[in-house]
Amino acid sequence: MEAYLSTIIFFLIFASFYSLTTLGLNLQWGFTGLFNVGIVGFYAIGAYTSAILTGPPYPDTLIGGLGLWFPIGFIGAMVTSGIAALIVGFITLRLREDFLAISTFGIGLSIQLVALNFESLTRGPNGMYSLPRPLSGISESNLVDNILYLILCLAIIGAVYWAFERMVRSPWGRVLRAIREDETASAALGKNVFAIRLQSFVVGSAVMGLAGAMQGNFIGFISPQDFLPIFTFQVFVMLIVGGSGNNMGALLGGLVVWGLWSFSEQVIGAVLPATFNTEAGAVRIVLIGLILALALLYRPEGILREKRIVSREARLS
Amino acid sequence: MMQFVADGIVSAALIALGAIGISMTYNILRFANFAQGEILTIGAYFTLLLVSLIGAGIGTLGPVAFGWPLLVSIVFAMAATSVVVLVVDWLLFRPLRNRKAARITLIMAAFGLSLMGRNLVTLIAGGEPQYYAFFIPKAIEILPGVRLVPDDFAIIGIAIIAFAALFLFMNRTSMGRQMRAVSENPTLARINGIDVRAVIRWTWIIGASLATVAGALLAHNTQLRPEMGFDMLLPMFAALILGGASNLYGTILGALVIGLTEAIAVSLGLAGYRAAITFMVMLIVLLFRPQGLLGEKE
Repeated sequence: MEAYLSTIIFFLIFASFYSLTTLGLNLQWGFTGLFNVGIVGFYAIGAYTSAILTGPPYPDTLIGGLGLWFPIGFIGAMVTSGIAALIVGFITLRLREDFLAISTFGIGLSIQLVALNFESLTRGPNGMYSLPRPLSGISESNLVDNILYLILCLAIIGAVYWAFERMVRSPWGRVLRAIREDETASAALGKNVFAIRLQSFVVGSAVMGLAGAMQGNFIGFISPQDFLPIFTFQVFVMLIVGGSGNNMGALLGGLVVWGLWSFSEQVIGAVLPATFNTEAGAVRIVLIGLILALALLYRPEGILREKRIVSREARLS
Repeated sequence: MMQFVADGIVSAALIALGAIGISMTYNILRFANFAQGEILTIGAYFTLLLVSLIGAGIGTLGPVAFGWPLLVSIVFAMAATSVVVLVVDWLLFRPLRNRKAARITLIMAAFGLSLMGRNLVTLIAGGEPQYYAFFIPKAIEILPGVRLVPDDFAIIGIAIIAFAALFLFMNRTSMGRQMRAVSENPTLARINGIDVRAVIRWTWIIGASLATVAGALLAHNTQLRPEMGFDMLLPMFAALILGGASNLYGTILGALVIGLTEAIAVSLGLAGYRAAITFMVMLIVLLFRPQGLLGEKE
């Protein structure tokens, strides 16, 4: 019984990292139409920032080992991933939308290379270990620790969800959707399209960085292997399946797709012998790719359709 | 000192061959094709399949460590890759186009295809590195201190022949002119009776064929891996953007800049950061000259 419970708690904690990242992407893609292919990069920046701020000192790194309190790590993660988004966004958000896609793809790869090669900061392929886990050690039991961490995750997701719901129902949120639907018309109405896109991009990326920090500090260990391009793809599938443009859909998509992903791992793992590990991984990725293709072709609006919102006071039937 | 120029030109030739396809889908189908890397990979693996079907090794051509068996395999692989790409277009991109899906939806579909393609190759051909043939490259000194393998000359030669053929096709044939017309103004082209569907077919065929050549030569020079094409994606995009996305010749120039940048990075001992440096160069160019080196202001 306790084993099941602890598996479920562990699953939900991981689902919350994905759901939070999907929520960040929803602000960028769902509401503003910004195609970010470097999600994993912003996620990794957050994880590494928090690791440097909260982690123990290592004999072979130049800075780090500050051992700060975890909220400082989480806030730092949002700041650095936000700054990275600001730089990329500033250069590319004025240009054709493909350029943002290509540039964010580039930042995803570059962050991976920095994590792998800049050993005096990130310890390279050896990774950063013994990161402190928030709220651990309060009780004797590992299960209670995990439940507490899950509550922390849910509280953070709740706060971000609440803030995003307020934001998209505000005049600012209306401009986001106006830009997504018709950039020229929004500009003609005197809206500063570039500035508003940049704000949406930076806020969304900061949330992704926060999610990365939450994962890093939970596991207690990060290495470049934790931040592969497949992550970006998973998050996109989560958003498309859940319902792009609907914050609840984003959270739901994270949960559902992560559930399918974990479940398929169990099933394929039970069917195929362990020697076919690579093949099993490949089959899962092909399956999730098929889900995306079918969703794009047959149900582009996802599980939960976008709500038609004018403002928080008005209701549309 | 001049060694990195020589190395840079070789990798530029491969980047340019792959990036022509990106440039064409970008200008005619109007989206950034994130699956282009996998087209290189598939082309390289089809070549491997044909090399083993022919069963005559890859031959030699004078000092060059590949000959007719490999070249014939590449030609057949070009056809096979084109068929795969056309089927994918018919199954996925055509329905999305007919629905007038947003450009971003096409990009995302391509992004998904890229991952699926990479993993299908892993499933079918296996994840471990493979080779067309084992050979010991013999470098010759072409200038004092500059050494190149004869194969590198062959690669540069093949790339130049391919670009010349492309130039003739785009400027001297009716289909080439129609493609340029669609690229300039699709609506006007359609009104003038241009068969846009045929133009789209040729766009894929030319892009996939050149990508197959790039993939096969890259595999000959290094090895076959399921990620080989994906690793070329950022350099290819950077070449496209650097050169000015609307200009085919700009893409070739952009590839030259990227190839040389990579070679300089390697000669400075920054091989691990190669892709990141490519990316920085691309961002800097975008900052100061968003239309690219040869592009025109919109």
